[in-house]
Amino acid sequence: MYKIEKSQLPGLLAAIAAREDLFLPIQKSGQANFGLWSGDADVDLNTLKTVKSGKDCFFPQSETLYSCRKEEGKLAIDPAKLQETPFVVFGMRACDVQGLKVLDNVFLKDAVDSFYAARREHGTVVALACHEPEETCFCKVFGIDAAAPGADVACWFIGEELYWKALTEKGKALTDQVKELLTEAEEKAVEEEQEHIRAVIDKLPYSHLDLSVFREKSTMELFDSPRWEELYHPCLACGTCTFVCPTCQCYDIRDFNTKEGVQRYRCWDSCMYSDFTMMAHGNMRTSQMQRFRQRFMHKLVYYPDNNEGMFSCVGCGRCVSKCPASLNIVKVIKKLGGDAQ
Amino acid sequence: MQERLVERAKELLADGSVVRVLGWKQGDLGYNPEPAYFNSPEELSDFVYDGFCGANLSKYMIQAGKLEGKTLVFLKPCDTYSFNQLIKEHRVKRENTYIIGVGCKGTLDVEKMKDAGIKGIESVCQEGDLLKVQTIYGEKEMPFGDALLERCTVCKGKTHQVYDELIGAEEGEEAGPVGNRFAQVEELEAMSPEERFAFWQGELSRCIRCNACRNVCPACSCLKCVFDSNQFDSAQKANADTFEEQMFHIIRAFHVAGRCTDCGECSRVCPQRIPLHLLNRKFIKDINELYGTYQAGEDTDSRGPLTDFTFEDAEPGVVVERSSGERGKR
Repeated sequence: MYKIEKSQLPGLLAAIAAREDLFLPIQKSGQANFGLWSGDADVDLNTLKTVKSGKDCFFPQSETLYSCRKEEGKLAIDPAKLQETPFVVFGMRACDVQGLKVLDNVFLKDAVDSFYAARREHGTVVALACHEPEETCFCKVFGIDAAAPGADVACWFIGEELYWKALTEKGKALTDQVKELLTEAEEKAVEEEQEHIRAVIDKLPYSHLDLSVFREKSTMELFDSPRWEELYHPCLACGTCTFVCPTCQCYDIRDFNTKEGVQRYRCWDSCMYSDFTMMAHGNMRTSQMQRFRQRFMHKLVYYPDNNEGMFSCVGCGRCVSKCPASLNIVKVIKKLGGDAQ
Repeated sequence: MQERLVERAKELLADGSVVRVLGWKQGDLGYNPEPAYFNSPEELSDFVYDGFCGANLSKYMIQAGKLEGKTLVFLKPCDTYSFNQLIKEHRVKRENTYIIGVGCKGTLDVEKMKDAGIKGIESVCQEGDLLKVQTIYGEKEMPFGDALLERCTVCKGKTHQVYDELIGAEEGEEAGPVGNRFAQVEELEAMSPEERFAFWQGELSRCIRCNACRNVCPACSCLKCVFDSNQFDSAQKANADTFEEQMFHIIRAFHVAGRCTDCGECSRVCPQRIPLHLLNRKFIKDINELYGTYQAGEDTDSRGPLTDFTFEDAEPGVVVERSSGERGKR
């Protein structure tokens, strides 16, 4: 366990950034999102939830896969480069780190996604514990401990200091690089902070949601529930919930006509959109109710079925605070029978 | 007022005047009611009308109008402009709608409460000019006026433009003073083109292409948006480059110009809090200056300034004249 004074943080960040790319929450016109550190960046480690999660650092919203062009009557293909250099993501929260594990199950199994795998291999995650969790948080429901984020390095802001603990080999390597800026520290202060965080989380309105209905009822029973018809009406079919979500992993592959050739890129897709999973024969989900149901069945039923019961929601609560119609996964869980109280 | 609305809705359902009610349903936090249909008097037990009912239900009437039977909808004064505009565009059925105009003291922006440092909100209540907020970190308070949605700080007025009856309209009269809604536009106009470009780049580069602004917009009622077309290189889902992120919003602003009532829903729903209303207000201000003051949604039958032709219309050359005038200023 180490610590560093808050006032020394800019030096620590600069030291990390001198060796490798550093991504962290940066304020831009009043909103915090993960971005690349620079000397004049408005770093914001206080905002509990960046608008988008740090998912972008490993699975960007849009990325080119390859470009091709005509060259002397032949087709020349330039594949996009995979991540080859190490980088650090600083300031993710416990829920978002768990979000990466959800993505790992999708992108690192069987057909390995080389773009994602390269970033995971080269990325080191420094996570922050949540000093002041908010009413929209429900990570506890998914067994996530916001007081002990399971990243490469876990950090806690306590008083005027940042406590730092390496948890993995990658985390130790990063710690070694910046050791001269850190001082040794006792665990006690962190233990007290953890108790405080856990006590707050226990009081949060969503912390005791009951998910047993998703384990007990059959997939078809949930799929055919008449509740979906009642639930989906306010949905505007926008993609906000899917794009701020740390676990949504669906993407589309599209071609961009560069005039000289084609740039093939992939971008996040949203099951809320009318052309989601559109195929040559048409679209298998023809109504918004079906598209709405897909999102929640995926997170709460299909994904757990395929991943030993692990849900693909981490309770970050971004959809709770961002849905234009105040719909969200918590309302869905409750309506389908998961309200504990 | 909520009780009066529920009571009246029950009467209208009971006597068969309407078959469903479109209103707002109690949420599960202190501030998140959702737009909802109520099909029976029993369901109305969840009905709520408070400061967090900002959602403009006129947009939902496009769908509701296609359902069988008459729908009772509750509209705040500014929502009625949108409804009128939709009548003008033949997107809603007036004869299928029973409108109760509800009084409005202004609607609240929970993000502004968070900006003021209020975290862990459990419940919110208004006491005079103060908002008292119960949070997991203790009781907090802030001035009601400081928590208003931007659009409410420059409210267009408390008069309903279309309704079958009014309930509580007098309550809106108590609302506080309003600012000049073009003040921010004027600030942008006073900037140099480079500063203005930098301003919009800072704002629009945060866009995540969730399309919430478009989907919530009552003026965006196309059956299929050009940005949803697979035949179009600029798909709905990604900004391939910085040009595209600007293009989406600029095209949208152009498309709703002359029809936008300035209801402010685009800015209310933007997850990145991009002040999209400023694009629309610039168009409104220009229309006012070039064609005479015009408010979309004030009536249902007049021709809009951009869809009408008169010999007095501004010539295209006005663009050059105005921009050279701007250059002269600097």
